Amino acid sequence: MTRVNLALLILIACVASLPLFGGAYALRIGTIACMYAIFALSWNVVGGFAGYPSFATAAFFGFGAYATGILLNKSVPLSVAVIGSLVMCFLLAAALGAVLLRLRGHYFAIASLSLVEVFRELVNNATDLTGGGMGLNIPLASGSGILADATFFFYAMWGLLLITAVVVIIVSASKLGFGLNCIRQNETASDMVGLNSTLYKSVAFGLSACFVGAAGGIYAAWVHYIDPSDVFDILYSVKPIVMALMGGLGSPLGVVCGAFVYLGLEEVVWRNYIQIHSGVLGVLIIMLLLFLPHGLISLRSGMFWRKAKHV
Amino acid sequence: MSEILHLSNVSRHFSGLQALRDVTISVNKGEVLGLIGPNGAGKTTLVNTICGVTPASSGVVTFDGKDITRVKTYQAARLGLSRTFQIVQPFAEFTALDNVAAAALFSQPGESLKSAREEARAHLAFVGLAAQANQSAATLTLAMRKRLELAKALAMKPKLLFLDEVNAGLNSAEVERATKLIHQLAAGGITIVMIEHLMKVVLNVCTRIVVLHNGQLIADGQPRDVIKNPAVVDAYLGQQYAHRNAASG
Repeated sequence: MTRVNLALLILIACVASLPLFGGAYALRIGTIACMYAIFALSWNVVGGFAGYPSFATAAFFGFGAYATGILLNKSVPLSVAVIGSLVMCFLLAAALGAVLLRLRGHYFAIASLSLVEVFRELVNNATDLTGGGMGLNIPLASGSGILADATFFFYAMWGLLLITAVVVIIVSASKLGFGLNCIRQNETASDMVGLNSTLYKSVAFGLSACFVGAAGGIYAAWVHYIDPSDVFDILYSVKPIVMALMGGLGSPLGVVCGAFVYLGLEEVVWRNYIQIHSGVLGVLIIMLLLFLPHGLISLRSGMFWRKAKHV
Repeated sequence: MSEILHLSNVSRHFSGLQALRDVTISVNKGEVLGLIGPNGAGKTTLVNTICGVTPASSGVVTFDGKDITRVKTYQAARLGLSRTFQIVQPFAEFTALDNVAAAALFSQPGESLKSAREEARAHLAFVGLAAQANQSAATLTLAMRKRLELAKALAMKPKLLFLDEVNAGLNSAEVERATKLIHQLAAGGITIVMIEHLMKVVLNVCTRIVVLHNGQLIADGQPRDVIKNPAVVDAYLGQQYAHRNAASG
């Protein structure tokens, strides 16, 4: 366990103490923070480790949300429904990945983007199963009061974040992570040293989808109502990329910090500049990327010490 | 002498371009085969066809008794076919050690990252890069990167090793050093097929030469005979080389 990974686990552990300090609003923000961190960590597996810029996050988020929603309507318990969504997302993504990941660079980005549209249209048209454009109502899971519900879903999302982080840390130190690193640097050479790059990329794509799908499931149970334009929102695909770039591409700690900072900026900007909030957020993101091209993770405590000495 | 690789009537075309035409070659265990010919003759395509990068359009490739005409690149690598690239292909962000470790790790089943790194150290020492083990591959000189390629290829424990212009772009001291390495490898029992333009090296190292021209095999035999072959002189070596060779030999 490296120091950086330990720091990541400590950071996540600190987040768990949130219910001690805040009410329903803080819990809501905390749940979204965990969800964003799951997105960023997941995207980092395929985008950061393997170097394939995926825009498919929204596709698997929506797929997981609908899979869980439908299962819950068939009175399957929440935990089983979420685990089922996770497994389905992994298998579906790995199968799609084996085909899509033959494309490289921009071509792959566009193909993965089209997955979101394809899934959305499928859900829109499968009216009997999904309710189509009318959306899907999801039965209340516990119904034991607003705060208890908020706490429950916060810990559900937090638990999933913890699992995601542990899996990503294990992957980064494993043969799989080493292989993905090789693929990102030089895929021709990877094939030539006996690396089954198609298999590795598929597994990476599956891993990048399964936790996002499970997060979609928890989200669906949390908000009780989903519709295609909500869960297949292309912003769910774009945000993880911004978070990863802000935090530091490839570094699990970096991307989680990126996710939290992004959410913080989003909330603060939204509250203070409600009319031009997207514009202000965009400018802030561009400034951050311009002045910190390697992300927040490239900041070292030493930099602050040096500055302090001059004062 | 037993045969390790056999190509029978191998052809490869890229839409209209016929890169290889009915090539039939056999490579025997333990020999150092020189593959020569003018630029664009199809030498690298031939290696790519054997290694599964661009599978043959027709014909059959057998390696160690198995038909490998349609195997994928990584499968060929695991069977014991390894190669160095004419244009070096390092994992640029990795250290030299991890470059070689990657080759050991993915080509041998059941290898762990730790044992792969240990093995890698020995291969780096063999090619004379022990001191550069922890340096990132991007910072190595061309001669060092060529030797890194060789270390990677060796880490795969090859039965058959393709050397694609390992000497191109090196100065004469570096060439001499590389030639010595090839001699050592051959002495160690690895079968080698080398693509090479430096005739001095070819004549020094190779036990047999095949010549490709326009995708066709035009000569196959002992080095001394092949370089006197009029077709080879016409297509590749040139009259001047033949005269000089005749005068000195």
